Amino acid sequence: MSINATLIGQMITFALLVWFTMKYIWPPLFDSLEERKKKIADGLAAAEKGQEQIILAEKKAKVVLKEAKDQSSEIVTLAQKRANEIVEESKHTAKQEGERLILAAKGQIDQELQQAKEGLRKEITTLALSAAQQILGAEIDKAKHQDILNKVSSQLG
Amino acid sequence: MATEAHAEGATGYIIHHLTALRVGEGFWSLHLDTLFFSVLLGGVFIWFFKNAADKATAGVPGLAQNFAEMMIEFVDQQVKDTFHGHSKLIAPLALTIFCWVFLFNFMDLFPVDILPGIAGLMGIEYLRVVPSTDLNATFAMSISVFFLIIFYSIKIKGPIGFAKELMFQPFGPWLTPFNLLLKLVEEIAKPISLALRLFGNLYAGELIFILIALLPWYVQPLLSFPWAIFHILIITLQAFIFMVLTIVYLSMAHEDH
Repeated sequence: MSINATLIGQMITFALLVWFTMKYIWPPLFDSLEERKKKIADGLAAAEKGQEQIILAEKKAKVVLKEAKDQSSEIVTLAQKRANEIVEESKHTAKQEGERLILAAKGQIDQELQQAKEGLRKEITTLALSAAQQILGAEIDKAKHQDILNKVSSQLG
Repeated sequence: MATEAHAEGATGYIIHHLTALRVGEGFWSLHLDTLFFSVLLGGVFIWFFKNAADKATAGVPGLAQNFAEMMIEFVDQQVKDTFHGHSKLIAPLALTIFCWVFLFNFMDLFPVDILPGIAGLMGIEYLRVVPSTDLNATFAMSISVFFLIIFYSIKIKGPIGFAKELMFQPFGPWLTPFNLLLKLVEEIAKPISLALRLFGNLYAGELIFILIALLPWYVQPLLSFPWAIFHILIITLQAFIFMVLTIVYLSMAHEDH
């Protein structure tokens, strides 16, 4: 149980061990611990932030959804109105077109009537002439009696 | 000691187990077994922690890093609880002390005859495997700590401040010689109590293992098993006490009154 030079050897060993630990072991391990601590804290903070953002986003989504709904109902209303307008418009156009067609038809009818009248006039002239011929028993000079014939036919018109 | 070692019977067995492998005479002799095992165990400590430190990442730690970080956090917590200053030395010092002393003590759990028996086969006559049963090993640490206490006392308080503390506390300037005596005893008691506490516990523990080994083989397990379990507590506790007291002494050295 004697104290001897072993003591000095042990002290040197101890000093070397402490030095080595201080220089090469403690700092990297301690730093990695600190770094991980920071990482975890950051991660937790980020998660919390993310959750807040989710809540915000949900709120925002609700607002957007509501807006969209409003807008769509507005659009539907507008579209209905427009459809009504178009229906009205087309009704109107159709009516006008119909009237126009009726007018055109009437015109045509008038024209045809005129033509028919004209035809009739001519035929009546011929008929009257032939009737007068038969009545008179003699040939009437067409050129001589043109004035009379014209008078009759204009009376027909 | 060499003559005693040749004594026969139980006494011879015990003495043989507690005799160091020694070269040289007088003060300038060395206990080769103590030096060998303490360097070996220091190497184990350094190897393990260096390995973990090299692979240290802030990401998912491996098994070795996990364990090393557990130790680091444990030691760091002890240091933070006691020491309220900034020092790059104290925490690594505490870690080294805890691990080294624990490994010293752990050698105690090897069956008492195994390593000396192997050494005997190789022609080494004496082998004491537990470095902390050598006063040289325990005093080497406690005296180093003592030097650090003196160094930090002077560094923090200044030479004059430290001298004042030695002379004027705790009873004021009128009792200077008495104060000085008291303070010197207090300071010197620190390394002695540190070293002797560890040495005493481990020496006694080893002695009891040796005594158990002297009993008939069918009684040995009944005694050595519970004693070994109990010893697991003791070796950890002694390493812890050495570490904590070192931190306490050094933080006292840092406190300026």
